[in-house]
Amino acid sequence: MKVTEKDVAYVADLANLELTEEERARMLRDLNSILEYMERLSELETGNVAPMAQVSDRYGVDESRQGSDRFAYTIREDVKEGLRESLPHDAAVKNAPDTDGMFFEVPKVIER
Amino acid sequence: MAPALTIDDVRTAITKRQTTATALARDFYTRIRQEDPEIGAFLTLCEERALAQAGRIDAMTAEGKPLPPLGGVPVAIKDVMVTRGVRTTAGSKILENFIPPYDCTAVARLEAAGAVILGKLNCDEFAMGSSNENSAYHAVHNPRDKSRVPGGSSGGSAAAVAAEMAVATLGSDTGGSIRQPASFCGVVGLKPTYGRVSRYGLIAFASSLDHIGPFAKTVKEVALVLRTIAGRDPMDSTSAEVPVPDYVAELEKPVKGLRIGVAKEYFGEGLDSEVRAAVEAAIQKLADLGCEVVPVSLPHTEYAIPAYYIVATAEASSNLARFDGVRYGFRAKANTLSEMYRQTRDGGFGMEVKRRIMLGTYALSAGYYDAYYLKAQKVRTLLTRDFDEAFKKVDVIAAPTCPTPAFRLGEKVNDPLAMYLADIYTVTANLAGIPGISVPCSENHEKLPIGLQLFARHFDEATLLRVAHAYEQTRKAA
Repeated sequence: MKVTEKDVAYVADLANLELTEEERARMLRDLNSILEYMERLSELETGNVAPMAQVSDRYGVDESRQGSDRFAYTIREDVKEGLRESLPHDAAVKNAPDTDGMFFEVPKVIER
Repeated sequence: MAPALTIDDVRTAITKRQTTATALARDFYTRIRQEDPEIGAFLTLCEERALAQAGRIDAMTAEGKPLPPLGGVPVAIKDVMVTRGVRTTAGSKILENFIPPYDCTAVARLEAAGAVILGKLNCDEFAMGSSNENSAYHAVHNPRDKSRVPGGSSGGSAAAVAAEMAVATLGSDTGGSIRQPASFCGVVGLKPTYGRVSRYGLIAFASSLDHIGPFAKTVKEVALVLRTIAGRDPMDSTSAEVPVPDYVAELEKPVKGLRIGVAKEYFGEGLDSEVRAAVEAAIQKLADLGCEVVPVSLPHTEYAIPAYYIVATAEASSNLARFDGVRYGFRAKANTLSEMYRQTRDGGFGMEVKRRIMLGTYALSAGYYDAYYLKAQKVRTLLTRDFDEAFKKVDVIAAPTCPTPAFRLGEKVNDPLAMYLADIYTVTANLAGIPGISVPCSENHEKLPIGLQLFARHFDEATLLRVAHAYEQTRKAA
Protein backbone atom coordinates (compact mmCIF):
# COMPACT_ATOMS: atom_id res chain seq x y z
CA MET A 1 0.00 0.00 0.00
CA LYS A 2 1.53 3.25 -1.14
CA VAL A 3 -1.18 5.63 -0.03
CA THR A 4 -1.87 5.58 3.72
CA GLU A 5 -4.92 6.65 5.71
CA LYS A 6 -2.94 9.71 6.70
CA ASP A 7 -2.38 10.58 3.02
CA VAL A 8 -6.10 10.25 2.32
CA ALA A 9 -6.89 12.62 5.19
CA TYR A 10 -4.24 15.08 4.03
CA VAL A 11 -5.36 15.09 0.38
CA ALA A 12 -9.05 15.34 1.36
CA ASP A 13 -8.08 18.37 3.39
CA LEU A 14 -6.27 19.96 0.43
CA ALA A 15 -9.28 19.30 -1.79
CA ASN A 16 -11.80 20.64 0.72
CA LEU A 17 -13.59 17.32 0.95
CA GLU A 18 -14.94 15.98 4.21
CA LEU A 19 -15.42 12.27 3.28
CA THR A 20 -17.22 9.80 5.54
CA GLU A 21 -15.38 6.90 7.19
CA GLU A 22 -16.74 4.59 4.53
CA GLU A 23 -15.64 6.92 1.72
CA ARG A 24 -12.15 7.16 3.23
CA ALA A 25 -11.82 3.39 3.29
CA ARG A 26 -12.97 3.16 -0.33
CA MET A 27 -10.66 5.97 -1.36
CA LEU A 28 -7.71 4.24 0.27
CA ARG A 29 -8.41 1.04 -1.65
CA ASP A 30 -9.17 2.75 -4.99
CA LEU A 31 -6.27 5.22 -4.95
CA ASN A 32 -3.83 2.42 -4.21
CA SER A 33 -5.14 0.20 -6.98
CA ILE A 34 -5.20 3.07 -9.52
CA LEU A 35 -1.80 4.46 -8.55
CA GLU A 36 -0.29 1.01 -8.75
CA TYR A 37 -1.42 0.88 -12.36
CA MET A 38 0.00 4.39 -12.95
CA GLU A 39 3.40 3.17 -11.76
CA ARG A 40 4.11 1.71 -15.18
CA LEU A 41 4.95 5.21 -16.39
CA SER A 42 8.23 4.92 -14.50
CA GLU A 43 9.32 2.26 -17.02
CA LEU A 44 9.80 5.06 -19.56
CA GLU A 45 13.01 7.06 -19.71
CA THR A 46 11.89 10.70 -20.01
CA GLY A 47 14.98 12.61 -18.88
CA ASN A 48 15.27 14.56 -22.12
CA VAL A 49 11.56 14.82 -22.97
CA ALA A 50 9.85 18.19 -22.62
CA PRO A 51 6.52 18.11 -20.77
CA MET A 52 3.41 18.88 -22.81
CA ALA A 53 0.77 20.96 -21.04
CA GLN A 54 -1.45 21.70 -24.00
CA VAL A 55 -2.00 21.14 -27.71
CA SER A 56 -2.83 24.66 -28.76
CA ASP A 57 0.73 25.97 -28.68
CA ARG A 58 1.26 24.10 -31.94
CA TYR A 59 -1.45 25.74 -34.05
CA GLY A 60 -2.39 29.24 -35.13
CA VAL A 61 0.69 30.64 -33.45
CA ASP A 62 3.20 33.05 -34.91
CA GLU A 63 6.33 30.89 -35.02
CA SER A 64 8.61 33.89 -35.55
CA ARG A 65 7.78 35.29 -32.11
CA GLN A 66 8.72 34.28 -28.61
CA GLY A 67 6.73 33.50 -25.47
CA SER A 68 3.21 34.79 -25.19
CA ASP A 69 3.71 37.00 -28.28
CA ARG A 70 3.31 33.83 -30.33
CA PHE A 71 -0.37 33.90 -29.41
CA ALA A 72 -0.89 37.40 -30.80
CA TYR A 73 -4.13 36.34 -32.50
CA THR A 74 -5.76 35.63 -29.16
CA ILE A 75 -5.39 39.23 -28.03
CA ARG A 76 -8.63 41.11 -28.21
CA GLU A 77 -9.68 44.70 -27.91
CA ASP A 78 -10.48 45.80 -24.39
CA VAL A 79 -14.04 46.90 -25.14
CA LYS A 80 -17.16 47.01 -23.01
CA GLU A 81 -19.78 46.32 -25.68
CA GLY A 82 -21.34 43.11 -26.86
CA LEU A 83 -20.20 39.68 -25.72
CA ARG A 84 -17.19 41.05 -23.93
CA GLU A 85 -19.22 42.96 -21.42
CA SER A 86 -19.30 41.54 -17.91
CA LEU A 87 -22.46 39.94 -16.58
CA PRO A 88 -24.94 42.45 -15.23
CA HIS A 89 -24.96 42.50 -11.44
CA ASP A 90 -28.41 40.93 -11.03
CA ALA A 91 -27.55 38.08 -13.43
CA ALA A 92 -24.30 37.42 -11.59
CA VAL A 93 -25.98 36.94 -8.21
CA LYS A 94 -29.14 35.26 -9.52
CA ASN A 95 -27.87 31.72 -8.88
CA ALA A 96 -26.35 32.49 -5.50
CA PRO A 97 -27.60 30.31 -2.63
CA ASP A 98 -27.49 33.35 -0.37
CA THR A 99 -27.31 36.99 -1.43
CA ASP A 100 -28.55 40.36 -0.29
CA GLY A 101 -28.86 41.37 -3.94
CA MET A 102 -25.53 43.16 -3.87
CA PHE A 103 -23.09 40.63 -2.39
CA PHE A 104 -22.71 36.87 -2.03
CA GLU A 105 -23.36 36.05 1.61
CA VAL A 106 -21.40 33.30 3.37
CA PRO A 107 -21.12 31.98 6.93
CA LYS A 108 -18.70 33.58 9.33
CA VAL A 109 -15.19 33.65 7.84
CA ILE A 110 -13.07 34.43 10.90
CA GLU A 111 -12.83 31.42 13.18
CA ARG A 112 -11.46 31.35 16.69
CA MET B 1 -43.14 10.14 -37.62
CA ALA B 2 -40.98 8.49 -40.25
CA PRO B 3 -37.99 6.67 -38.81
CA ALA B 4 -34.38 7.68 -39.44
CA LEU B 5 -35.04 11.31 -40.26
CA THR B 6 -31.83 12.99 -41.44
CA ILE B 7 -30.97 16.69 -41.56
CA ASP B 8 -31.54 16.61 -45.32
CA ASP B 9 -34.97 15.00 -44.81
CA VAL B 10 -35.93 17.73 -42.36
CA ARG B 11 -34.83 20.46 -44.74
CA THR B 12 -36.63 18.89 -47.67
CA ALA B 13 -39.86 18.39 -45.71
CA ILE B 14 -39.88 21.98 -44.46
CA THR B 15 -38.89 23.47 -47.83
CA LYS B 16 -41.60 21.47 -49.62
CA ARG B 17 -44.11 22.54 -46.95
CA GLN B 18 -44.81 18.92 -46.00
CA THR B 19 -44.31 19.91 -42.39
CA THR B 20 -43.31 22.90 -40.32
CA ALA B 21 -40.55 23.33 -37.79
CA THR B 22 -43.22 23.69 -35.11
CA ALA B 23 -45.03 20.48 -36.07
CA LEU B 24 -41.74 18.64 -36.21
CA ALA B 25 -40.65 19.88 -32.78
CA ARG B 26 -44.01 18.77 -31.36
CA ASP B 27 -43.59 15.34 -33.00
CA PHE B 28 -40.20 14.96 -31.37
CA TYR B 29 -41.56 15.93 -27.95
CA THR B 30 -44.31 13.35 -28.36
CA ARG B 31 -41.70 10.75 -29.21
CA ILE B 32 -39.50 11.77 -26.28
CA ARG B 33 -42.47 11.40 -23.92
CA GLN B 34 -43.16 7.92 -25.31
CA GLU B 35 -39.61 6.59 -25.53
CA ASP B 36 -37.53 8.37 -22.95
CA PRO B 37 -39.03 6.95 -19.75
CA GLU B 38 -37.33 3.65 -20.67
CA ILE B 39 -34.09 5.22 -21.89
CA GLY B 40 -33.46 8.23 -19.67
CA ALA B 41 -31.53 10.32 -22.20
CA PHE B 42 -33.01 13.70 -21.25
CA LEU B 43 -32.54 15.63 -18.01
CA THR B 44 -34.40 18.81 -19.00
CA LEU B 45 -36.75 19.71 -21.84
CA CYS B 46 -36.87 23.33 -23.02
CA GLU B 47 -40.12 23.32 -24.94
CA GLU B 48 -40.69 27.05 -24.72
CA ARG B 49 -37.31 27.89 -26.21
CA ALA B 50 -37.67 25.18 -28.87
CA LEU B 51 -41.14 26.29 -29.99
CA ALA B 52 -40.08 29.94 -30.08
CA GLN B 53 -37.17 29.02 -32.36
CA ALA B 54 -39.38 26.75 -34.49
CA GLY B 55 -41.86 29.62 -34.79
CA ARG B 56 -39.09 31.91 -36.07
CA ILE B 57 -38.08 29.31 -38.69
CA ASP B 58 -41.71 28.89 -39.80
CA ALA B 59 -42.14 32.66 -40.05
CA MET B 60 -39.02 32.84 -42.24
CA THR B 61 -40.24 30.14 -44.59
CA ALA B 62 -43.71 31.72 -44.71
CA GLU B 63 -42.07 34.96 -45.85
CA GLY B 64 -40.24 33.01 -48.56
CA LYS B 65 -36.82 33.49 -47.01
CA PRO B 66 -34.27 30.72 -47.56
CA LEU B 67 -34.12 28.03 -44.88
CA PRO B 68 -30.89 28.35 -42.84
CA PRO B 69 -28.49 25.35 -42.97
CA LEU B 70 -29.99 23.63 -39.89
CA GLY B 71 -33.38 25.33 -40.13
CA GLY B 72 -35.94 23.44 -38.05
CA VAL B 73 -33.60 20.54 -37.25
CA PRO B 74 -34.43 19.11 -33.79
CA VAL B 75 -31.23 18.80 -31.76
CA ALA B 76 -30.31 18.28 -28.12
CA ILE B 77 -27.33 19.24 -26.02
CA LYS B 78 -25.27 17.36 -23.45
CA ASP B 79 -25.92 18.94 -20.07
CA VAL B 80 -22.31 20.09 -19.66
CA MET B 81 -22.87 22.98 -22.09
CA VAL B 82 -24.49 26.02 -20.57
CA THR B 83 -27.78 27.28 -22.00
CA ARG B 84 -29.14 30.70 -21.14
CA GLY B 85 -32.27 30.38 -19.03
CA VAL B 86 -32.31 26.57 -19.29
CA ARG B 87 -31.19 24.52 -16.29
CA THR B 88 -27.70 23.06 -16.74
CA THR B 89 -26.62 20.42 -14.22
CA ALA B 90 -23.48 18.72 -15.65
CA GLY B 91 -25.20 15.57 -14.36
CA SER B 92 -24.38 16.70 -10.81
CA LYS B 93 -26.46 17.45 -7.74
CA ILE B 94 -24.18 20.38 -7.03
CA LEU B 95 -25.72 22.21 -10.02
CA GLU B 96 -29.25 20.88 -9.60
CA ASN B 97 -30.84 24.33 -9.78
CA PHE B 98 -28.28 26.19 -11.88
CA ILE B 99 -29.80 28.46 -14.55
CA PRO B 100 -26.92 29.81 -16.66
CA PRO B 101 -26.94 33.47 -17.66
CA TYR B 102 -25.31 32.85 -21.06
CA ASP B 103 -25.09 30.36 -23.95
CA CYS B 104 -22.20 28.09 -24.84
CA THR B 105 -20.75 29.22 -28.21
CA ALA B 106 -21.42 25.86 -29.90
CA VAL B 107 -25.06 25.99 -28.77
CA ALA B 108 -25.44 29.60 -29.90
CA ARG B 109 -23.96 28.72 -33.32
CA LEU B 110 -26.37 25.80 -33.76
CA GLU B 111 -29.32 28.01 -32.92
CA ALA B 112 -28.05 30.79 -35.20
CA ALA B 113 -28.02 28.19 -38.00
CA GLY B 114 -31.69 27.46 -37.34
CA ALA B 115 -31.49 24.35 -35.16
CA VAL B 116 -34.29 23.77 -32.65
CA ILE B 117 -32.91 22.84 -29.23
CA LEU B 118 -35.25 20.32 -27.61
CA GLY B 119 -33.49 19.86 -24.30
CA LYS B 120 -30.50 18.87 -22.25
CA LEU B 121 -29.03 15.39 -22.22
CA ASN B 122 -28.02 13.09 -19.41
CA CYS B 123 -24.33 12.33 -18.86
CA ASP B 124 -21.88 11.13 -16.26
CA GLU B 125 -21.39 13.72 -13.54
CA PHE B 126 -19.03 16.42 -14.89
CA ALA B 127 -18.45 14.09 -17.86
CA MET B 128 -16.50 11.69 -15.63
CA GLY B 129 -17.35 8.17 -16.60
CA SER B 130 -17.56 5.63 -19.39
CA SER B 131 -21.04 4.21 -18.81
CA ASN B 132 -23.31 7.13 -17.87
CA GLU B 133 -23.91 5.38 -14.54
CA ASN B 134 -22.23 8.29 -12.71
CA SER B 135 -25.12 10.64 -13.50
CA ALA B 136 -26.49 12.01 -10.22
CA TYR B 137 -30.00 11.78 -11.72
CA HIS B 138 -30.50 8.41 -13.38
CA ALA B 139 -28.72 5.94 -15.62
CA VAL B 140 -29.25 5.90 -19.38
CA HIS B 141 -30.26 2.64 -21.04
CA ASN B 142 -28.76 1.71 -24.40
CA PRO B 143 -31.62 1.87 -26.95
CA ARG B 144 -30.14 -1.15 -28.74
CA ASP B 145 -30.32 -3.30 -25.58
CA LYS B 146 -31.86 -1.71 -22.53
CA SER B 147 -29.97 -3.97 -20.11
CA ARG B 148 -26.73 -2.38 -21.31
CA VAL B 149 -24.99 0.95 -20.85
CA PRO B 150 -25.06 3.51 -23.67
CA GLY B 151 -21.42 4.35 -22.95
CA GLY B 152 -20.24 7.57 -21.46
CA SER B 153 -19.86 10.15 -20.61
CA SER B 154 -22.08 11.47 -23.43
CA GLY B 155 -24.47 8.53 -23.05
CA GLY B 156 -27.60 10.65 -23.36
CA SER B 157 -26.29 12.29 -26.54
CA ALA B 158 -25.67 8.92 -28.24
CA ALA B 159 -28.90 7.33 -26.97
CA ALA B 160 -31.05 10.27 -28.07
CA VAL B 161 -29.80 9.94 -31.66
CA ALA B 162 -30.04 6.13 -31.62
CA ALA B 163 -33.63 6.26 -30.33
CA GLU B 164 -34.59 9.01 -32.82
CA MET B 165 -35.39 11.49 -30.07
CA ALA B 166 -33.18 14.10 -31.77
CA VAL B 167 -31.75 14.29 -35.29
CA ALA B 168 -28.34 15.39 -34.05
CA THR B 169 -26.83 16.11 -30.65
CA LEU B 170 -23.76 17.69 -29.14
CA GLY B 171 -21.53 15.85 -26.71
CA SER B 172 -18.15 16.42 -25.14
CA ASP B 173 -15.11 14.17 -25.33
CA THR B 174 -12.26 14.36 -22.80
CA GLY B 175 -11.04 10.77 -23.12
CA GLY B 176 -13.49 9.16 -25.54
CA SER B 177 -16.80 10.44 -24.24
CA ILE B 178 -18.21 11.04 -27.74
CA ARG B 179 -16.64 8.16 -29.67
CA GLN B 180 -17.22 5.38 -27.12
CA PRO B 181 -20.99 5.99 -26.67
CA ALA B 182 -21.34 6.45 -30.45
CA SER B 183 -19.79 3.01 -30.83
CA PHE B 184 -21.98 1.44 -28.12
CA CYS B 185 -25.22 2.91 -29.51
CA GLY B 186 -24.49 2.41 -33.22
CA VAL B 187 -24.33 6.06 -34.30
CA VAL B 188 -21.62 8.38 -35.66
CA GLY B 189 -19.68 10.54 -33.19
CA LEU B 190 -16.84 12.96 -33.90
CA LYS B 191 -14.24 14.45 -31.61
CA PRO B 192 -12.71 17.31 -33.61
CA THR B 193 -9.15 18.63 -33.31
CA TYR B 194 -8.36 20.49 -30.09
CA GLY B 195 -9.04 24.14 -30.90
CA ARG B 196 -11.43 23.40 -33.79
CA VAL B 197 -14.59 24.08 -31.74
CA SER B 198 -14.76 26.74 -29.04
CA ARG B 199 -15.07 25.47 -25.49
CA TYR B 200 -16.67 28.69 -24.27
CA GLY B 201 -19.61 27.64 -22.10
CA LEU B 202 -18.48 24.02 -21.74
CA ILE B 203 -18.31 23.26 -18.01
CA ALA B 204 -14.62 22.41 -17.65
CA PHE B 205 -13.50 18.92 -16.68
CA ALA B 206 -9.90 18.83 -18.01
CA SER B 207 -9.27 21.95 -20.05
CA SER B 208 -6.37 20.66 -22.17
CA LEU B 209 -8.33 17.50 -23.10
CA ASP B 210 -11.96 18.69 -23.36
CA HIS B 211 -13.59 18.86 -26.79
CA ILE B 212 -17.12 19.53 -28.05
CA GLY B 213 -18.36 17.49 -31.01
CA PRO B 214 -21.44 16.19 -32.83
CA PHE B 215 -23.42 12.95 -32.93
CA ALA B 216 -25.75 11.96 -35.77
CA LYS B 217 -26.81 8.88 -37.68
CA THR B 218 -24.65 9.63 -40.73
CA VAL B 219 -21.20 11.08 -41.42
CA LYS B 220 -22.68 13.75 -43.67
CA GLU B 221 -24.83 15.11 -40.85
CA VAL B 222 -21.87 15.14 -38.50
CA ALA B 223 -19.97 17.12 -41.18
CA LEU B 224 -22.85 19.61 -41.41
CA VAL B 225 -22.98 20.16 -37.66
CA LEU B 226 -19.19 20.48 -37.43
CA ARG B 227 -19.20 23.12 -40.18
CA THR B 228 -21.71 25.07 -38.10
CA ILE B 229 -19.94 24.95 -34.73
CA ALA B 230 -16.27 25.08 -35.85
CA GLY B 231 -14.01 28.11 -36.02
CA ARG B 232 -12.28 30.74 -33.99
CA ASP B 233 -14.19 32.28 -31.10
CA PRO B 234 -12.77 35.30 -29.30
CA MET B 235 -14.28 33.94 -26.07
CA ASP B 236 -11.95 30.90 -26.10
CA SER B 237 -8.28 31.74 -26.50
CA THR B 238 -7.49 28.09 -27.35
CA SER B 239 -9.87 28.08 -30.33
CA ALA B 240 -7.52 28.18 -33.29
CA GLU B 241 -7.29 30.68 -36.09
CA VAL B 242 -7.50 27.97 -38.75
CA PRO B 243 -9.96 28.28 -41.67
CA VAL B 244 -13.06 26.02 -41.63
CA PRO B 245 -13.42 24.12 -44.91
CA ASP B 246 -16.76 23.06 -46.36
CA TYR B 247 -16.69 19.59 -44.81
CA VAL B 248 -19.83 18.50 -46.67
CA ALA B 249 -18.44 19.41 -50.11
CA GLU B 250 -15.18 17.61 -49.25
CA LEU B 251 -17.02 14.35 -48.52
CA GLU B 252 -17.44 13.40 -52.15
CA LYS B 253 -13.77 13.63 -53.08
CA PRO B 254 -12.28 10.22 -53.92
CA VAL B 255 -10.50 8.21 -51.24
CA LYS B 256 -8.48 6.16 -53.73
CA GLY B 257 -4.77 6.39 -52.99
CA LEU B 258 -5.19 7.61 -49.41
CA ARG B 259 -2.94 5.75 -47.00
CA ILE B 260 -4.65 4.09 -44.03
CA GLY B 261 -2.41 3.26 -41.09
CA VAL B 262 -3.01 0.22 -38.91
CA ALA B 263 -1.18 0.05 -35.59
CA LYS B 264 -0.75 -3.35 -33.94
CA GLU B 265 -0.92 -1.64 -30.52
CA TYR B 266 -4.67 -1.17 -31.07
CA PHE B 267 -5.25 -4.87 -31.73
CA GLY B 268 -3.59 -6.40 -28.70
CA GLU B 269 -4.64 -8.21 -25.56
CA GLY B 270 -8.14 -7.44 -24.29
CA LEU B 271 -9.67 -6.82 -27.72
CA ASP B 272 -12.89 -8.78 -28.19
CA SER B 273 -12.55 -11.24 -31.09
CA GLU B 274 -15.76 -10.14 -32.81
CA VAL B 275 -14.70 -6.47 -32.57
CA ARG B 276 -11.32 -7.36 -34.04
CA ALA B 277 -12.89 -9.26 -36.95
CA ALA B 278 -15.35 -6.43 -37.64
CA VAL B 279 -12.66 -3.74 -37.65
CA GLU B 280 -10.33 -5.83 -39.81
CA ALA B 281 -13.17 -6.37 -42.28
CA ALA B 282 -13.81 -2.60 -42.32
CA ILE B 283 -10.13 -1.94 -43.08
CA GLN B 284 -10.37 -4.47 -45.92
CA LYS B 285 -13.36 -2.48 -47.26
CA LEU B 286 -11.19 0.64 -47.31
CA ALA B 287 -8.51 -1.32 -49.20
CA ASP B 288 -11.20 -2.39 -51.69
CA LEU B 289 -11.98 1.30 -52.23
CA GLY B 290 -8.40 1.84 -53.35
CA CYS B 291 -6.85 2.99 -50.08
CA GLU B 292 -3.39 1.72 -49.33
CA VAL B 293 -3.20 -0.06 -45.96
CA VAL B 294 0.12 0.64 -44.24
CA PRO B 295 1.36 -0.81 -40.94
CA VAL B 296 2.36 1.92 -38.47
CA SER B 297 3.64 1.86 -34.93
CA LEU B 298 2.33 3.85 -31.97
CA PRO B 299 4.74 2.37 -29.43
CA HIS B 300 3.67 4.35 -26.35
CA THR B 301 -0.02 3.40 -26.55
CA GLU B 302 0.18 1.15 -23.46
CA TYR B 303 1.12 4.21 -21.38
CA ALA B 304 -1.83 6.28 -22.55
CA ILE B 305 -4.30 5.30 -19.81
CA PRO B 306 -1.99 6.09 -16.86
CA ALA B 307 -0.80 9.35 -18.48
CA TYR B 308 -4.36 10.33 -19.33
CA TYR B 309 -5.87 9.66 -15.92
CA ILE B 310 -3.12 11.66 -14.20
CA VAL B 311 -3.41 14.68 -16.49
CA ALA B 312 -7.22 14.56 -16.56
CA THR B 313 -7.69 14.21 -12.81
CA ALA B 314 -5.06 16.85 -12.03
CA GLU B 315 -6.83 19.35 -14.27
CA ALA B 316 -10.21 18.29 -12.87
CA SER B 317 -9.14 18.80 -9.27
CA SER B 318 -8.25 22.37 -10.17
CA ASN B 319 -11.31 23.07 -12.36
CA LEU B 320 -13.77 21.71 -9.81
CA ALA B 321 -12.38 23.89 -7.02
CA ARG B 322 -14.88 26.54 -8.16
CA PHE B 323 -17.80 24.51 -6.83
CA ASP B 324 -17.79 25.85 -3.31
CA GLY B 325 -21.41 26.80 -2.65
CA VAL B 326 -20.78 30.54 -2.83
CA ARG B 327 -21.83 31.86 -6.22
CA TYR B 328 -24.12 29.16 -7.61
CA GLY B 329 -25.37 25.66 -7.02
CA PHE B 330 -26.00 23.63 -3.91
CA ARG B 331 -24.88 24.92 -0.52
CA ALA B 332 -24.80 22.85 2.66
CA LYS B 333 -25.82 24.50 5.91
CA ALA B 334 -22.84 25.11 8.15
CA ASN B 335 -21.65 27.50 10.83
CA THR B 336 -18.31 28.49 9.35
CA LEU B 337 -17.06 29.10 5.83
CA SER B 338 -14.59 26.21 5.77
CA GLU B 339 -17.23 23.78 7.06
CA MET B 340 -19.60 25.11 4.42
CA TYR B 341 -17.06 24.44 1.62
CA ARG B 342 -16.42 20.90 2.77
CA GLN B 343 -19.98 19.91 3.43
CA THR B 344 -21.17 21.49 0.19
CA ARG B 345 -18.61 19.57 -1.85
CA ASP B 346 -19.23 16.40 0.13
CA GLY B 347 -22.98 16.55 -0.38
CA GLY B 348 -22.86 17.94 -3.92
CA PHE B 349 -20.35 15.62 -5.62
CA GLY B 350 -20.79 11.92 -6.31
CA MET B 351 -18.23 9.21 -5.54
CA GLU B 352 -16.44 9.14 -8.91
CA VAL B 353 -16.03 12.92 -8.94
CA LYS B 354 -14.60 12.81 -5.42
CA ARG B 355 -12.31 9.96 -6.42
CA ARG B 356 -10.94 11.96 -9.35
CA ILE B 357 -10.53 15.13 -7.29
CA MET B 358 -8.59 13.07 -4.73
CA LEU B 359 -6.43 11.40 -7.38
CA GLY B 360 -5.69 14.71 -9.12
CA THR B 361 -4.97 16.54 -5.88
CA TYR B 362 -2.62 13.73 -4.87
CA ALA B 363 -0.81 13.84 -8.24
CA LEU B 364 -0.29 17.59 -7.88
CA SER B 365 0.64 17.62 -4.22
CA ALA B 366 4.12 18.44 -2.92
CA GLY B 367 6.43 15.45 -3.25
CA TYR B 368 4.36 13.71 -5.93
CA TYR B 369 4.16 16.37 -8.64
CA ASP B 370 7.31 15.25 -10.46
CA ALA B 371 6.61 11.55 -10.16
CA TYR B 372 3.04 11.76 -11.41
CA TYR B 373 1.95 15.00 -13.07
CA LEU B 374 5.22 16.03 -14.69
CA LYS B 375 5.93 12.45 -15.72
CA ALA B 376 2.49 12.15 -17.33
CA GLN B 377 3.04 15.39 -19.26
CA LYS B 378 6.32 14.03 -20.61
CA VAL B 379 4.64 10.80 -21.65
CA ARG B 380 2.01 12.95 -23.34
CA THR B 381 4.81 14.38 -25.48
CA LEU B 382 5.93 10.85 -26.40
CA LEU B 383 2.40 9.79 -27.33
CA THR B 384 1.96 12.88 -29.49
CA ARG B 385 5.28 12.20 -31.23
CA ASP B 386 4.07 8.68 -32.03
CA PHE B 387 1.19 10.20 -34.00
CA ASP B 388 3.44 12.82 -35.64
CA GLU B 389 5.71 10.02 -36.90
CA ALA B 390 2.81 7.85 -38.06
CA PHE B 391 1.17 10.71 -39.94
CA LYS B 392 4.35 11.19 -41.97
CA LYS B 393 3.51 7.82 -43.55
CA VAL B 394 -0.29 7.74 -43.57
CA ASP B 395 -3.29 10.07 -43.94
CA VAL B 396 -5.69 8.29 -41.58
CA ILE B 397 -5.28 5.65 -38.87
CA ALA B 398 -7.93 2.95 -38.41
CA ALA B 399 -8.60 1.18 -35.10
CA PRO B 400 -11.41 -0.17 -32.96
CA THR B 401 -13.24 2.53 -30.97
CA CYS B 402 -13.61 0.25 -27.93
CA PRO B 403 -12.22 -3.14 -26.95
CA THR B 404 -15.74 -4.59 -26.49
CA PRO B 405 -19.36 -3.82 -27.40
CA ALA B 406 -21.62 -2.19 -24.78
CA PHE B 407 -21.28 -3.84 -21.37
CA ARG B 408 -24.13 -4.46 -18.93
CA LEU B 409 -25.46 -1.87 -16.51
CA GLY B 410 -23.76 -2.45 -13.16
CA GLU B 411 -20.99 -4.60 -14.64
CA LYS B 412 -18.10 -2.23 -13.87
CA VAL B 413 -19.50 0.24 -11.33
CA ASN B 414 -17.51 -1.15 -8.43
CA ASP B 415 -14.19 -1.36 -10.25
CA PRO B 416 -12.97 2.12 -11.24
CA LEU B 417 -9.79 0.81 -12.87
CA ALA B 418 -11.72 -1.60 -15.11
CA MET B 419 -13.94 1.33 -16.11
CA TYR B 420 -10.89 3.47 -16.95
CA LEU B 421 -9.46 0.68 -19.11
CA ALA B 422 -12.57 0.79 -21.30
CA ASP B 423 -11.12 4.07 -22.68
CA ILE B 424 -7.90 2.45 -23.86
CA TYR B 425 -8.31 3.20 -27.59
CA THR B 426 -9.80 6.66 -27.26
CA VAL B 427 -7.71 8.65 -24.75
CA THR B 428 -4.72 8.89 -27.10
CA ALA B 429 -6.52 11.28 -29.47
CA ASN B 430 -7.33 13.60 -26.55
CA LEU B 431 -3.74 13.63 -25.32
CA ALA B 432 -2.44 14.37 -28.83
CA GLY B 433 -5.36 16.66 -29.76
CA ILE B 434 -5.94 14.92 -33.11
CA PRO B 435 -9.46 14.41 -34.52
CA GLY B 436 -11.16 11.03 -34.14
CA ILE B 437 -14.46 9.62 -35.32
CA SER B 438 -16.45 6.48 -34.53
CA VAL B 439 -18.54 5.02 -37.35
CA PRO B 440 -20.76 1.93 -36.99
CA CYS B 441 -19.09 -1.00 -38.76
CA SER B 442 -20.85 -4.16 -37.65
CA GLU B 443 -22.82 -5.95 -34.96
CA ASN B 444 -21.79 -8.84 -32.77
CA HIS B 445 -23.75 -12.08 -32.36
CA GLU B 446 -26.05 -10.35 -29.86
CA LYS B 447 -26.81 -7.54 -32.35
CA LEU B 448 -24.73 -5.08 -30.36
CA PRO B 449 -23.13 -2.34 -32.46
CA ILE B 450 -19.39 -2.24 -33.09
CA GLY B 451 -17.58 0.99 -33.98
CA LEU B 452 -14.68 1.65 -36.34
CA GLN B 453 -12.49 4.49 -35.13
CA LEU B 454 -10.50 6.69 -37.50
CA PHE B 455 -7.89 9.32 -36.61
CA ALA B 456 -6.39 12.05 -38.81
CA ARG B 457 -3.84 14.84 -38.59
CA HIS B 458 -4.57 17.98 -36.60
CA PHE B 459 -7.24 20.06 -38.38
CA ASP B 460 -7.70 17.45 -41.11
CA GLU B 461 -11.31 16.63 -40.29
CA ALA B 462 -12.00 16.92 -44.03
CA THR B 463 -9.97 13.77 -44.81
CA LEU B 464 -11.25 12.01 -41.69
CA LEU B 465 -14.89 12.63 -42.63
CA ARG B 466 -14.25 11.75 -46.27
CA VAL B 467 -12.86 8.31 -45.39
CA ALA B 468 -15.62 7.73 -42.83
CA HIS B 469 -18.24 8.70 -45.40
CA ALA B 470 -16.74 6.45 -48.10
CA TYR B 471 -16.73 3.55 -45.66
CA GLU B 472 -20.31 4.26 -44.60
CA GLN B 473 -21.43 4.14 -48.25
CA THR B 474 -20.02 0.62 -48.61
CA ARG B 475 -22.24 -0.50 -45.73
CA LYS B 476 -25.33 1.08 -47.28
CA ALA B 477 -24.60 -0.65 -50.57
CA ALA B 478 -24.18 -4.02 -48.87
